[in-house]
Amino acid sequence: MNDKAKNQKDWEPKIIAFLCNWCSYAGADLAGVSRYQYPPSLRIVRVPCSGRVSANMILDALRSGADGVLVSGCHPGDCHYISGNYYARRRFAVLKNFLEFIGIEPGRVNFSWISASEGEQFAEVAKEVTSRVKKLGPARHLVKEF
Amino acid sequence: MPTKNESITQELRQKARHLLESGQVAAFLGYTSGSVPMVMKPFVARKPEDAERLEWNSFCVLNLANYLPPLLRSFEPPRRPNDPPPEGPLPKVGVAATGCWSRNMVVQVQENQMERERVVIIGISSRGMVDRKKVLNAVNHAEITSVKEEDNSLLVKGPGLEEEINRWDVIRDNCQTCVHPDPVIFDEMIGQLQGDRDIQDRFRQVEEIENLSAQDRWQWFTSEIDSCIRCYACRNACPLCYCPTCFVDDSRPQWVGKSREPVDTAIFHILRAYHCAGRCTDCGSCESACPMGIRMRILTKKLQKDVLDLYGTEAGMSIQQPLPLSTYKMDDPQDFVLTESFKGEKK
Ligand code: SF4
Ligand code: SF4
Repeated sequence: MNDKAKNQKDWEPKIIAFLCNWCSYAGADLAGVSRYQYPPSLRIVRVPCSGRVSANMILDALRSGADGVLVSGCHPGDCHYISGNYYARRRFAVLKNFLEFIGIEPGRVNFSWISASEGEQFAEVAKEVTSRVKKLGPARHLVKEF
Repeated sequence: MPTKNESITQELRQKARHLLESGQVAAFLGYTSGSVPMVMKPFVARKPEDAERLEWNSFCVLNLANYLPPLLRSFEPPRRPNDPPPEGPLPKVGVAATGCWSRNMVVQVQENQMERERVVIIGISSRGMVDRKKVLNAVNHAEITSVKEEDNSLLVKGPGLEEEINRWDVIRDNCQTCVHPDPVIFDEMIGQLQGDRDIQDRFRQVEEIENLSAQDRWQWFTSEIDSCIRCYACRNACPLCYCPTCFVDDSRPQWVGKSREPVDTAIFHILRAYHCAGRCTDCGSCESACPMGIRMRILTKKLQKDVLDLYGTEAGMSIQQPLPLSTYKMDDPQDFVLTESFKGEKK
């Protein structure tokens, strides 16, 4: 995207959403099937578990030009692999603080728990994340121009 | 009267010689003097007479735990990755260890990089190591040809230079704020344990940055790493970085470009530090090894602070206590999770 397009009012951010296969991905599916409206800014990547999402992947998304990142998994206690999201929760808490520490704006990298039956909540999260990222504007700090 | 470090050196030589002579260990890992002042080199004594070359002073800045797993492996018969471990007891290695080094050894045991039974640890309660760069600054980067150490001062000499420097003024940042100078695991001690130190502002460097605005923090981060030449000395000096293929060398996917492009350097530093989250002991090896004077330790210190705030633990304090990021509690804090903060709003 060139800068001109970025300055336009109708700029739609690109947000990479890592959704776990068992809950959040199914939740997104349900949101679609139930025809909840949400902004078209999410690019969904299906992962087996939120515990699969590493810091490398989140930074790779930002480096490749994503304006925001969302990582979503099952609610604590509901993990298909029993404890994947518990480990992920610790890692993300530390990562989020750390990215903010080095100057990434709060709101670029987001986390949520969405179950397979929460289509409406998925739409809500999509709206919230999109509006946060829109307020921040296009990401610049870690974007690599290839 | 010998200085404290001189008596430690004597005792270390004695103990190492005894261990090697009696055949309890196949090698002893310590330090010997390097070819220029203020630079020590890690040294492996393999024969009893080698023990005389061991040396201990305030310039032993690299973490010896880093060399331990490969040294232990060098005494194992060659085998392929999936072959069963060799039968019977394997040769042991002796090593000198301060507080942080011993904690890194704990981490290595917990992460299956080595076995506790195979190391004989000679504990030394650390008085802090000197930052060579601080000494150079103190004498305005004049040429230094010799440094003589007293208990509380350094006598620095060079052409047209003779200066006495207060030792504590040039101690490394991490040692000045260190609260755990005592080894947490050891088989024998040299000298006494001194107990935990009470440091009120141990995270001061981190807090100063936390108090800046997001924009200023980014400014600080990018200017701090600006001169990085990506030599990876910081990674190589770290006892936590033992992956056979580091993420910087991966090519599919390539997480980080190989050039000195600022974005890639930033990502390298973010990920290098983050991979040490919950494992770093603030030993300062990385910072001491850096040829460019980059203070990348502030990044790992921030992670250390958050892990302590959130989960109440520090890495490597005991073999029984799991590493903070390889365990969890049901009720870990999660107000950073969007859907949880929604709940709060609705209430
Ligand atoms: S040692 Fe210093 S210059 Fe080398 S990669 Fe690390 S930070 Fe960069
Ligand atoms: S990251 Fe630096 S301070 Fe932390 S354990 Fe590694 S070398 Fe030591």
